[in-house]
Amino acid sequence: MYAYTLKRLIQGVITVWFIATATFVAMHSVPGDPLLNERGVNEEIRRNLEERYGFDRPIFDQYLIYMANMAKGDFGISFTQQNRSVNDIIREHFPVSATLGVLAIVFAGLGGVLWGALTALYRNRLPDVIVMFLVILGISVPSFVIAALSQLALVGLNDLVGFSVLPVAGWGSILHMLIPSLVLGLGTMAFLTRLMRSSMLEIVNADFIRTAYSKGLPPTRVFIKHQLRNAILPVITVLGPAIAAITTGGFVVELVFAIPGLGRFFVQAVQQLDYTVIMGTTVFYGAFLVFMVIAVDLIYGLVDPRVRLE
Amino acid sequence: MTEFSLTAEDFERVSVERRVQTIVRPSLSYWQDAWVRLAANRRALASLYIVIALLLFTVAGPWVWTVDPTAQDLDQLSTPPGADRRAQIVEPYAPWNGVFATVTESLADTVGATAEIQLVQPASTQAVRLVWAPVLGASGYRVYRNVYDPAPDGAVGLPLAEIYDPRQVSYEDLLDLTPTRYWYSVIATDQSGREAEEYTTLAVDTIRVITAAEAQTRGLVDLETPLSLGDEVRVSFHPLGTDYLGRDMLARLMYGARVSLFIGIIAPFFFVLTGILYGSAAGFIGGRVDQVLMRFADFVVALPFLLFMILFKIAFGIGPGESGVVPMLVALVVLSWPATARLVRGQILQIREEAYIGASQLLGAKTHYLILRHMIPNTVGVVLVTLTFAVPTVIFVEAFLSFIGMGVAPPTPSWGSMCNEGIQTMLNHPHELILPAVLISLTVLAFNLLGDGLRDALDARMRSRE
Repeated sequence: MYAYTLKRLIQGVITVWFIATATFVAMHSVPGDPLLNERGVNEEIRRNLEERYGFDRPIFDQYLIYMANMAKGDFGISFTQQNRSVNDIIREHFPVSATLGVLAIVFAGLGGVLWGALTALYRNRLPDVIVMFLVILGISVPSFVIAALSQLALVGLNDLVGFSVLPVAGWGSILHMLIPSLVLGLGTMAFLTRLMRSSMLEIVNADFIRTAYSKGLPPTRVFIKHQLRNAILPVITVLGPAIAAITTGGFVVELVFAIPGLGRFFVQAVQQLDYTVIMGTTVFYGAFLVFMVIAVDLIYGLVDPRVRLE
Repeated sequence: MTEFSLTAEDFERVSVERRVQTIVRPSLSYWQDAWVRLAANRRALASLYIVIALLLFTVAGPWVWTVDPTAQDLDQLSTPPGADRRAQIVEPYAPWNGVFATVTESLADTVGATAEIQLVQPASTQAVRLVWAPVLGASGYRVYRNVYDPAPDGAVGLPLAEIYDPRQVSYEDLLDLTPTRYWYSVIATDQSGREAEEYTTLAVDTIRVITAAEAQTRGLVDLETPLSLGDEVRVSFHPLGTDYLGRDMLARLMYGARVSLFIGIIAPFFFVLTGILYGSAAGFIGGRVDQVLMRFADFVVALPFLLFMILFKIAFGIGPGESGVVPMLVALVVLSWPATARLVRGQILQIREEAYIGASQLLGAKTHYLILRHMIPNTVGVVLVTLTFAVPTVIFVEAFLSFIGMGVAPPTPSWGSMCNEGIQTMLNHPHELILPAVLISLTVLAFNLLGDGLRDALDARMRSRE
């Protein structure tokens, strides 16, 4: 177990190193010069900028500087936002994205497990048909469309009631978080519902369930203790990819709902070619995702004693 | 009773045949069996027809509907489907000097509401000319226009003009007029420029007009047809409306489908192919090589996919006039092959241990024969299912990237970039968002259901429980 954890962590570090290197290479192969964009930069300012960012050195030296800084946790200074370091941007805006993401995961997890269990219990009956139809819609409709449509619906709702029930965009109160996190979690929820349903259906007819009933256990106890707990295991295995999906899905949802999260800054940085912000946030996101997946795998080993991590 | 004369020939010995087991039905090959199963699955069959229809729409569509997707129809910007296409022939635009009133100086502190506003001539898309009675004490006027009634919440809308001359009691609106209903509000201002608290609003229905010369140069009528004032012509037909630049939605959807489906089908094809080669090599060679190859595949899997897609797109950089389809294809192939490789390797490892492989080897089969005759046909079902499921994923990725502005570069349309453009105007012109969104959803849905059906039909072990 410890050896496995260590091995995975070392692999994770190597992956993050590769991500950082790939980011560096990608940024340096972009055609054009970031400092040329500034209109009317005179020669002296330009030289100062080059010196500050180390652009006058050979590329390998630049790489070493970059990696050394990154190892120290210093991601550099934004190119487009005055006097703002990438660390500041991450520190300020990541909590927003994290709140949104955690809420979305909670929505997706709870919803997926409950809907999945429900559809399995009402197999081929009306609740099953309705929920599975919604699930198929949730899988097929892109998140930005759902986000836009839910905004339209909110506008309609607020118009109908006559006052602002739920804010259409922005960030601040718990009310702001509700709809965006629901939208963000919807695709994952649909996916988890499907998974939970099939894993429930496998278990409903298992021998140990029949035994539990024949021992005279009440149905709620059988449902919670035997069916739900066993059926939930496959759901945990896909939590890693689900976290990745929700993190990147956050880019779009933050954009549509005007939420000041890190995802929106990342997309903006990409559009404005703000090199240091792109590099910093990419490495940050990459490290986050890699270690989240490792954490989920380790948790799975703890939750299911049958799985032996090696 | 009649008499019979029976001879020996009339008797025949009944043959005794022991037929314990016979095959009554014709024997079916794997693919015939799969087709029977697929055809029995109504959902899968329906989605197969949808997929075929979408492919027809994409491939044959531009031949049937030959409108240029980049041509702008400036008469019809953001027109929803089924809009009124009638236009009246009018005289060419003639400048208008406006109406000036004689105003007596007044010392009133407050400025009242504008008296009623009147139209000078019927409102048309050429010009809307407004005249109002002078307001006592006004030192100027502001004219606003809105597309909905400002009465409930006082949203007077777009400020059109700031008039500093109190004698000028008229305004000519030429700005971006479309055939719809406008609400014009004229607010008097006092000497310090403050707006009066009360104002008057006039609802105006504009009609679409066009001059005879314009109708002829735009090819709405042929050059021989004589046109007289007041005649009715029809502006060009857009079955699904136009977008915010007046481009035909149907043509753009067809060309967008070309991009989206091209990426959605070609990219999975290539990365599945790469995955097959890689996976089967690893599985077949086995041992050390297998270990190293699979470690590398694990590594690629661990890379955050969308982040690397974005990095790739940035690194490639898109020059002017390029659509950015090729970088996206390359990035998708480079990042997506490991899943297929793992799957195929697992299959190959499993098949390698099967008894029929041993039997075939005993009979003297060579390696390439084993691969071609046994390995590949036995993995083809699984691979086909993977391919089908990969299509919606890739279409989603393309739409996502185009949506955040990292995908296909304008003016090349793709469904994702059309959604991105449509979302900007979704409150006023929802059709620009809904049409491409419906097509994306329909495609993804069809391929998902088809994948489910194919999996049930082709792969007995993975048959889903329904």
